Amino acid sequence: MDSGFSAWRQRDIDNHAPTRGIGCFPLGEISNYSYKVILHFYSLETFLMKLSVNGKSHTLDVEPEMPLLWALRDELDIKGPKFGCGVAQCGSCTVLLNGEPVRSCSYPVSVAAGQKVITIEGLADKGKLHAVQQAWIDHQVPQCGYCQGGQMLAAVALLKKKPKPTDEDIDAAMTNICRCGTYARIRAAIHSVAKKGGRA
Amino acid sequence: MSNPTHIQQDADKAGMDRRHFLKVSGTASAGMSLGFFLPERAQAADKPQLNVWIEIEPNDTIVIRYARAEMGQGSMTSAPMMIAEELEADWKKVRIEYATAHDNLRSKRAYGDMASVGSRTIRHSQEYLRKAGATAREMLVTAAAQKWNVPAGECKAALNKVTHTPSKRSFTYGQLASDAAKLEAPKTVQLKDPKNWTIIGKSIARVDIPDIVVGKRQYGIDTQLPGMLHAAVAACPVFNGTVKSLDASKVENRRGIVKVLNLGTFVAVVADNWWRAKEALREVAVEWDVGEHGTLSSAAIMAHFKAGMSQPELAVARNDGNTLEAMTKATKVVEGEYFTPYLAHATMEPMVCTAWLQGDKLEVWSSTQNPEATLAVSAATAGVPPANVKVHPVQLGGGLGRKSPQDFTRQAVMIAKAMPGKPVKMLWSREEEIQHGLYRPASLMRFKAGLDANGKVDALHIRVSAPSILATLLKLPLPKGVDGQAVACFNDHPYAIPNTLVDYAQRNTNVPVGFWRTVGHSQNPFGRECFIDECALAAGKDPVAYRLDMLPNNETSKRDRAILEAVTKAAGWGSQLPAGVFRGVAETEGYGSWTACVCEVSVNARNEVKIHRVVIGIDPGYAVNPDNIVAQFQGSVVHGLTAIFWGENTIKEGRVEQSNFHDYRMMRLNEMPKVEVVIAPTGGFWGGVGEPAQAPLAPALANAISAAMGKRIRSLPLKNHGLTLKA
Repeated sequence: MDSGFSAWRQRDIDNHAPTRGIGCFPLGEISNYSYKVILHFYSLETFLMKLSVNGKSHTLDVEPEMPLLWALRDELDIKGPKFGCGVAQCGSCTVLLNGEPVRSCSYPVSVAAGQKVITIEGLADKGKLHAVQQAWIDHQVPQCGYCQGGQMLAAVALLKKKPKPTDEDIDAAMTNICRCGTYARIRAAIHSVAKKGGRA
Repeated sequence: MSNPTHIQQDADKAGMDRRHFLKVSGTASAGMSLGFFLPERAQAADKPQLNVWIEIEPNDTIVIRYARAEMGQGSMTSAPMMIAEELEADWKKVRIEYATAHDNLRSKRAYGDMASVGSRTIRHSQEYLRKAGATAREMLVTAAAQKWNVPAGECKAALNKVTHTPSKRSFTYGQLASDAAKLEAPKTVQLKDPKNWTIIGKSIARVDIPDIVVGKRQYGIDTQLPGMLHAAVAACPVFNGTVKSLDASKVENRRGIVKVLNLGTFVAVVADNWWRAKEALREVAVEWDVGEHGTLSSAAIMAHFKAGMSQPELAVARNDGNTLEAMTKATKVVEGEYFTPYLAHATMEPMVCTAWLQGDKLEVWSSTQNPEATLAVSAATAGVPPANVKVHPVQLGGGLGRKSPQDFTRQAVMIAKAMPGKPVKMLWSREEEIQHGLYRPASLMRFKAGLDANGKVDALHIRVSAPSILATLLKLPLPKGVDGQAVACFNDHPYAIPNTLVDYAQRNTNVPVGFWRTVGHSQNPFGRECFIDECALAAGKDPVAYRLDMLPNNETSKRDRAILEAVTKAAGWGSQLPAGVFRGVAETEGYGSWTACVCEVSVNARNEVKIHRVVIGIDPGYAVNPDNIVAQFQGSVVHGLTAIFWGENTIKEGRVEQSNFHDYRMMRLNEMPKVEVVIAPTGGFWGGVGEPAQAPLAPALANAISAAMGKRIRSLPLKNHGLTLKA
């Protein structure tokens, strides 16, 4: 444990209302102002953050503004989320934060602290594939597969909200870029999950 | 292996030039004796090896080696299908493992060419892979026959078993493997009649997808090693510039920063986390020596191409009849100048390579389309013998041709050399990837046709002014000054036009060019097939009938005809369309396959293009894995439409102006039109499938849009015509 770390600080970070509150906002609704407040709050001193990833708790000692993606990849060796653009355009880095898809390349790890992160590695339940993963196999969706972790997590979030999405719902929710062009199969796979009423 | 340049060139160029490929493939495969791929077998008791491609474990699992890269093209599944077919393997018991470039080096290239370029994995390797499977099958049958002391002719192999037909006794391959491995390989083998295939031609699920869906598949970017460091890099924003001076004082003492390196043509920040490296890189003060190219602009490049059009001495790529004279006798002359822009690849996974130099031993994990070139370049850069280099296979997050040249591997090894003993993973930012591409060459194409009294093309003159990939990237001497890629599908157009002149002005610029998925066929068919439409319009003929009328009756043109007929039939060419909807058609040959496409579009008053339907088809000879062909074609349409609507890299002050997906736009799911894929295999040959689809797409779409607008589209991207894609 970091010597500069104090008990009150840990509690404060774990329970701090704004942090939890921010987690309730979907990405895009967090104003720059909120970010700044939080970053200011956390940058007063070096501190540790707790991050729950795929049900496992991790303690991180990193800069609060480090993007969640790089905390996951380079600090925790969780490689499912991929780097594609660094500017929240492509969605290869998509993870679920409390069930909401966020683009982790542009999401400060400190804002995710104390919340539940799910990456593609954590989608299956004790080895049983999620219905979306099974549909991705059934429809042979991936080509290179690089973006597909993010695509599947975006699909999971969509199906959770709308178990029977229309084409328009899929259009609106599935904004991740796939350079191999697997879009037709992504759409078909999502519809097939909806049809089977698979868990989402 | 001692000459890295040669190997890279060899690997890169082969298959890129179809004529060259067709010429050598006959002799290469004929001369490819079994000994070529059956060198000394390393026998382990638990994993008897029947040849370098095939190991059989006692539990009856068959391990098949795959010697190329997997980047989404599906060859990791379809190449082993070749072996499994002839081996009479039970596909459910097959496990596929990579062969490595270092094993290939040690075995004197037992695995042959390892490059995944030019849509050629199947068409180039199918024969020796099938022979490897058949050879192993024969050895298993012989081993069984010897055990039973019966004639081999009474034994039959199927589904991982050899059965003695009269007595119905059988052995599994696992039970036979160790005996079979001791036998001498037969010198000749009989390959199966295609009508007896049970694996080739079936839609077999991709073997890498199960790992992909659970996030377990290892991409180059996922390499993780003990004590590994991360590097972010920036090359001079003006191509071929160098570092004049560097001041890293602002970042040197920052958290996690290990070293800031001046490597001559680029700067690298090495840190314990890539984000820290990349953030620090932004604050390293670099003064660049941009050289003489700091003022280069897209306008200057266009002027350079235009000047090529009136260059006195042009390289002649094709000269049938007397085109210039025939042109003077034409009833009608049609002319059009076409342009296609530079394009960066934008693979989802940017360039990435991990290198670890320990003494004179080097290990490399590179997202490479050409592991042999990676090995050679790594050895040369590190200054170690090739035998000391290991290239570990990884999945590629897309390749698209960008990951065949090894500029990024060279950078990673330079960094590793500066950090001896430490594994360092070098990853490019997206900005670096778009601004330091090996771009699809921009190309200016001028067409002139002389029509006879019946409206048929009697004389066709195509002049291309464009950079040469082969001369600049591969530094190859051009036969008669012609870059085959620059004039692809012009020099071998199928139409019965008595007078054809194709000439080429090599117009290189400081913008580096390379192989972009579908290469010359991504742009030249746009010119050719749109211009043929212009001629059909001038002649007052239906575009499909016009083409069919000009296709001669010979062995290859019958395939042009067949695919054009199959696709136009599927599209219902000639049937009534709703008001405002227009069709366009195109047909091409490329990568050993024949393709055609019909697009249906409407264009509204706001210049929004609605694509109602894309019908696109292929004759690949044999359709090895049909579902994968459908996937490649669906994907190629997305790739193609991205380029057609938005793709363009422009140059200002020597630099590429675009930097990320906000200004180098990619198609998204909501924009994907309905795509119908027609697979119409006529058999008897093996064509590529990863690239051909883009070839007919652009002209078919542009022809439909031109019909809808009553205005000819002669340049890409469409955004420059004020056109947008209606989702």
